[in-house]
Amino acid sequence: MSEPQYAVVLVDSTSHALRVENVLTEGGLTSKMIPVPRHLSSDCGACVRIELHDVGRVQSQLEAAGVVFVSIEPI
Amino acid sequence: MIYLDNAATSWPKPPGVAEAMTRYLGEVGANPGRAAHRRAIEAGRIVYRAREAVAELFNAPDPLRVVFGANATEGLNLALHGLLRPGDHVVTSSVEHNSVMRPLRALEAQGVEVTVARCSETGLLDPGDVGAAIRPETRMIALNNASNVVGTLLPVRQVGRAARERGLIMLVDAAQTAGCYPIDVQSECVDLLAFSGHKSLLGPMGTGGLIVGERVDASQLAPLKQGGTGSRSEQELQPDFLPDCCESGTQNVVGLAGLEASVRWVLERGVDTIRAHELGLARRLIEDLAAIEGVTVYGPHDAELQTATVSFNVAGLEPSDVGLRLDDEFEIMCRVGLHCSPAAHKTIGTFPAGTVRFGLGAFSTAEEVDRALAAVRSLAQGAS
Repeated sequence: MSEPQYAVVLVDSTSHALRVENVLTEGGLTSKMIPVPRHLSSDCGACVRIELHDVGRVQSQLEAAGVVFVSIEPI
Repeated sequence: MIYLDNAATSWPKPPGVAEAMTRYLGEVGANPGRAAHRRAIEAGRIVYRAREAVAELFNAPDPLRVVFGANATEGLNLALHGLLRPGDHVVTSSVEHNSVMRPLRALEAQGVEVTVARCSETGLLDPGDVGAAIRPETRMIALNNASNVVGTLLPVRQVGRAARERGLIMLVDAAQTAGCYPIDVQSECVDLLAFSGHKSLLGPMGTGGLIVGERVDASQLAPLKQGGTGSRSEQELQPDFLPDCCESGTQNVVGLAGLEASVRWVLERGVDTIRAHELGLARRLIEDLAAIEGVTVYGPHDAELQTATVSFNVAGLEPSDVGLRLDDEFEIMCRVGLHCSPAAHKTIGTFPAGTVRFGLGAFSTAEEVDRALAAVRSLAQGAS
């Protein structure tokens, strides 16, 4: 199995994912909404994919903006 | 042709509304929150931007606490049925629309106690009368922001502050004011704001909802319906977070696309500018109607104290006859009767016959007001 290059921000709903995406875009970080990978959840919704090396910055930006998210997981 | 039925629904809509709806239908079309492909995400963005626009307009801090539904009625039902339990007491006013009165009467039959604070014959409410009605078991105050019959503005700010001091939930029905009168849910201490999308927000029908303030615990807000939300799909229990807990089933995305465009237009034009425009027209309408012999104007007779919704009657003519003749002979469209608000008509003394109602809007003009006045003058002279 290859080394992970990405992580995903897991959230409660698509609305929350869009909020995460907005905050990261404003903060100059690259992100993309994708379906939640099956091995992380059986949910039918979306999550936000980020660069693995951005995890620390993503976490601090989201916390600074008061954005609620479930977890950040490497994929 | 003159459209003076904006209190029922606004027309015309601002530029950009139909285009946004056409774009969604023609280029997006997907279901928000039900997949993560590009068009589902774009549909989700449309809904989210609509939440942001609505939150911005009312100074609500969190777009995710904007719950969309079909109309203000659904928002009001969610607030009332969702929060009130047998044994709770609620205070309301005597100029409420049936969208508040009917849920309250249904809840009354289930053990919720209701006190109706009496407004004056002009629709004015003394905040002290609301305060005097509060009891230890009072949970909520449900107040119209403005009467849909006479336009009279109610003292939401004063009552809201008093409610906050006493730990009560303040529900405001903004169906008649959202988009044409300034509303700030934070400074006015409004915990729940029900809004209509198709009236002064100038959007399409089938849009509206409820803004749920931070003081309302979402877990205590029983949804009107349960079902698919696109979230927590592994669970058979309804999600407990906003807005999903109260938004089951596929949303009216085409309507919300239009609503986002219309609310952005309102924000750009400015509610203060719209209010000033409507105020000037309402002043002209009220003063000149009242000067016509045989015409009785209801409400406070002061445009500053009301919205641009004006009720009147013509001596010797039934409201229904006035409405028909205005339409047939003058191509003026208005609404007559009881306006789904028997309580308000009982308050102003026009039950059960009702009134003729002119509802001015953001696109009404002075020329239209003058032509409407000339038409009423002609009918009144003919009836005397």
